Amino acid sequence: MIIICWLDKIYVVVCFSNSFYLEGKGMRDLLASGTYFWQGNEACAYGAVVAGCRFFAGYPITPSSEIAEHLSRLLPLVDGVFIQMEDELASINAIIGASWAGAKAMTATSGPGFSLMQESIGYAFMTETPCVIVNVQRAGPSTGQATKAAQGDVMQARWGTHGDHSAIVLSPNSVQEMFEQTIRAFNLAEKYRVPVVVLADEVMGHMREKIHIPPLEKIEVINRKTPSKGEDVFFGLKEVAPMPAVGKGFNVAVTGSTHDERGVRFTADPEVHRRLVTNLVKKIEDNKDDIIEVEAYNLEDCEVAVVCFGCTSRTVYEAVEEAEKKGVNVGYLRLKTLWPFPAETVRRLAEHVEKIIVPEMNLKQIFYEVERAACGKAEVVSVNKIGGGEMIFPEELLEEVVP
Amino acid sequence: MTEKFSVQRYLRGLKFPFCPGCGNYTVANSFLRGVHELGYGDLAGFVFCSGIGCAAWIPSPYFLADSIHTPHGRSIPVATGVKLFRPELKVVVFGGDGDLAGIGLSHLIHAARRNVDIKVIMVNNMVYGMTGGQVAPTTPFGTVTSTTPYKSFERPIDAVRLVASAGANYAARWTTAHQEQLKESVKKALETPGFCFIETVSQCPTAFGRRAGFKNVAEMLRWFKQNSIPREEAEKMPPEMLEGKIVVGEFAYGKAPTLSENIRQMVVEARKAYA
Repeated sequence: MIIICWLDKIYVVVCFSNSFYLEGKGMRDLLASGTYFWQGNEACAYGAVVAGCRFFAGYPITPSSEIAEHLSRLLPLVDGVFIQMEDELASINAIIGASWAGAKAMTATSGPGFSLMQESIGYAFMTETPCVIVNVQRAGPSTGQATKAAQGDVMQARWGTHGDHSAIVLSPNSVQEMFEQTIRAFNLAEKYRVPVVVLADEVMGHMREKIHIPPLEKIEVINRKTPSKGEDVFFGLKEVAPMPAVGKGFNVAVTGSTHDERGVRFTADPEVHRRLVTNLVKKIEDNKDDIIEVEAYNLEDCEVAVVCFGCTSRTVYEAVEEAEKKGVNVGYLRLKTLWPFPAETVRRLAEHVEKIIVPEMNLKQIFYEVERAACGKAEVVSVNKIGGGEMIFPEELLEEVVP
Repeated sequence: MTEKFSVQRYLRGLKFPFCPGCGNYTVANSFLRGVHELGYGDLAGFVFCSGIGCAAWIPSPYFLADSIHTPHGRSIPVATGVKLFRPELKVVVFGGDGDLAGIGLSHLIHAARRNVDIKVIMVNNMVYGMTGGQVAPTTPFGTVTSTTPYKSFERPIDAVRLVASAGANYAARWTTAHQEQLKESVKKALETPGFCFIETVSQCPTAFGRRAGFKNVAEMLRWFKQNSIPREEAEKMPPEMLEGKIVVGEFAYGKAPTLSENIRQMVVEARKAYA
């Protein structure tokens, strides 16, 4: 049991191995449990603070700026640091520095800023630096349509940085999930020592709807594993290595260059590179079952299935209801985790349905992933739409669901 | 202080990778001498951040300390993140001219503007050394490099004046021929709150000197000595007489509140308003 001081009041934190539950009133001064009518970006900011985020660095960009605005107000009240940096490169690197200083750290951006951050997302992967990057997607490429919703960063979130790597990418579809998935992103980042992307979109960022905040002590918060005195192996293990903070006497050497388990650079040794990168990828791929979350409806029995994510899934809910009224046996699979992709679930689904429909606000980014997983066992059909932030309408989806 | 200086007590014991005659040895030595003379028996409480390039390898991983070897040009933002979350740590950045005055220049200016309490030591070898000697934003006009085979045709940047005018609390320039002054500047920087910047004009015999027409390291150091003009003298000279000269000395010495102090003040006021 540890006692920490927070906002001049005393809180009791009960530790259960790696996870702990907050008790006390202080955070409730900022956020009492109950029902709120919030914007998604606001929910994301509160989720971050509840998850333990105490450092935010960011650069203004539509449609994510409200996350920074809310955190600039909240973080100084909970002993956190908010700083607006000179660009996105500085922002992601400042959170990496803060993470090594021991903070749970986050930045928020949109497509163009997300592109600028890619090099350092790879750095965070290579150095096993836990951090959260929220990308509130807008229509690209380039400046595109800055205020309009899109889902065009699905592949950038997976493959945006160079070199072999794996990625954890979450996809919220409500204001409630902007809160919950931001917390989950921190938990996964801390548990696996990786950068985690919350891939929201303009609809999720700006939409206002009802959100239920549970009592904060019911929310699970995971903290990183730290080393004991004398330990000196901090990198590249098959299991997640403990992470020391700087300034704690561990003399840790952090580098984005290929390094051994102690952090010493090996810029030419083939075996050290193979071992490191393979283990970093396996760390995520071997824990897919823990990381992947999906929402499934009528998947076991349906004849037609829809695979969806993010804002587009809101269309699917209505279209499925309509299709059922018309007597179609339809189900859906919503990807709450986009990456790692739940290929096994889709493969099993393809074995018994005739058709899988993939609606998305991009030109077939998840479609090909679904098609690959379906292995030709079911017909995979794309319903896509881009531009102007215009959603796929239920009628447009129904045309495919009800032949 | 009474103890004899030994560079080894601050090092991990790994062999430095620099070429024979590289100025990085001098910079590392002057820095650690300064640390020793200030009475630090080890580097506990120091965090070193460095980007990409030869100079970035001075602390990482050779210093027996915490070191973060960042992406190219991003050592200052990483250092800013460390310092803001853990103000009690001494955060020092090492980097080359390409890293700090090229790809990472905007961070250098903004860090000086914020007056974030970090110390930046820029080793200016006037060239991209690690990649084989390409022209840099610091290369003197008219120099032959591997990407200016006829001669360079751009004016070099004056990083020290830039940082000084951006609001740093301390800014100085020396060369590797000024070891004693460099060491004293290191001590001043470590003792001065706020953003402190030391540029050291340094020799790269392998990638710069060879093409620029220098026979050996001694000749480069002689060139540094003969071309250096103290700032006080330079201020009395007409600009045309300063062409190709290295103006050395201290360029800023301020006492402005640091970023951490300003944040702390803001938080105190914010909480009063909130309560």
